Amino acid sequence: MAKKTIQVNYFAILREKRGVSSEQCETEADFIAQFYKELNDKYDFPEIPLRVAKNNEFCRWDEDIHDGDVLVFIPPVAGG
Amino acid sequence: MLFELSEKKIDIQAVSDKLANNEAGAFVSFEGRVRNHNEGKSVLRLDYEAYPELAIKEAEKVMAEAKEQFPIIDAICVHRTGALEIGDIAVWVGVLSRHRGEAFDACRYIIDQIKSRVPIWKKEFYADNSSVWVNCAACSHDHGRKSKSATVEKVSHRSEGKK
Repeated sequence: MAKKTIQVNYFAILREKRGVSSEQCETEADFIAQFYKELNDKYDFPEIPLRVAKNNEFCRWDEDIHDGDVLVFIPPVAGG
Repeated sequence: MLFELSEKKIDIQAVSDKLANNEAGAFVSFEGRVRNHNEGKSVLRLDYEAYPELAIKEAEKVMAEAKEQFPIIDAICVHRTGALEIGDIAVWVGVLSRHRGEAFDACRYIIDQIKSRVPIWKKEFYADNSSVWVNCAACSHDHGRKSKSATVEKVSHRSEGKK
């Protein structure tokens, strides 16, 4: 399995809990849910429903990840 | 059709003036304002935060859908980010059309969709010194967070449909 560098950007409650707005992560995970599990095991994210975006598009949790991808885990929105 | 994020107070006159067309017989606008209460608590102020690239992309989709579904001439939505006080306008929607029916309908559609889909969050600050990211309170029941099986269960839910 190739090692990939993934950029994760955090917003709102995740940014506060993680303590940073952005970080580079090394992973051998193949798809997003797998990578999320690795991060969650390390950082114990809040138990809230999340969506995910890859390279500024909403996407599915079962999508592949590649070196250089930018991921954002999206807490429940509250605009307006 | 236009969507913008604004770190500064929305200039209502300036943005309304952008919606001008001699064919228009109707102009409808909506202002979402910061109110002083939510869920029984006294609110002092709000912070709005956006994931800008995706907020703009998704909001522009909403605007395009409104143009497609309602026979309107034009529409603009501006959403604030940053710290807002009670009474401030958090979001402004303006719609221009020939007739009022579609203007009201499109305006409602735009604000409803923006609120449900666009990655913007708000943090409320209360009179008792507490604060909360709205809609982001952790589940009250115990997920057995520390146990491996609970974590696996949560991930397998997320990986449903893996090809």
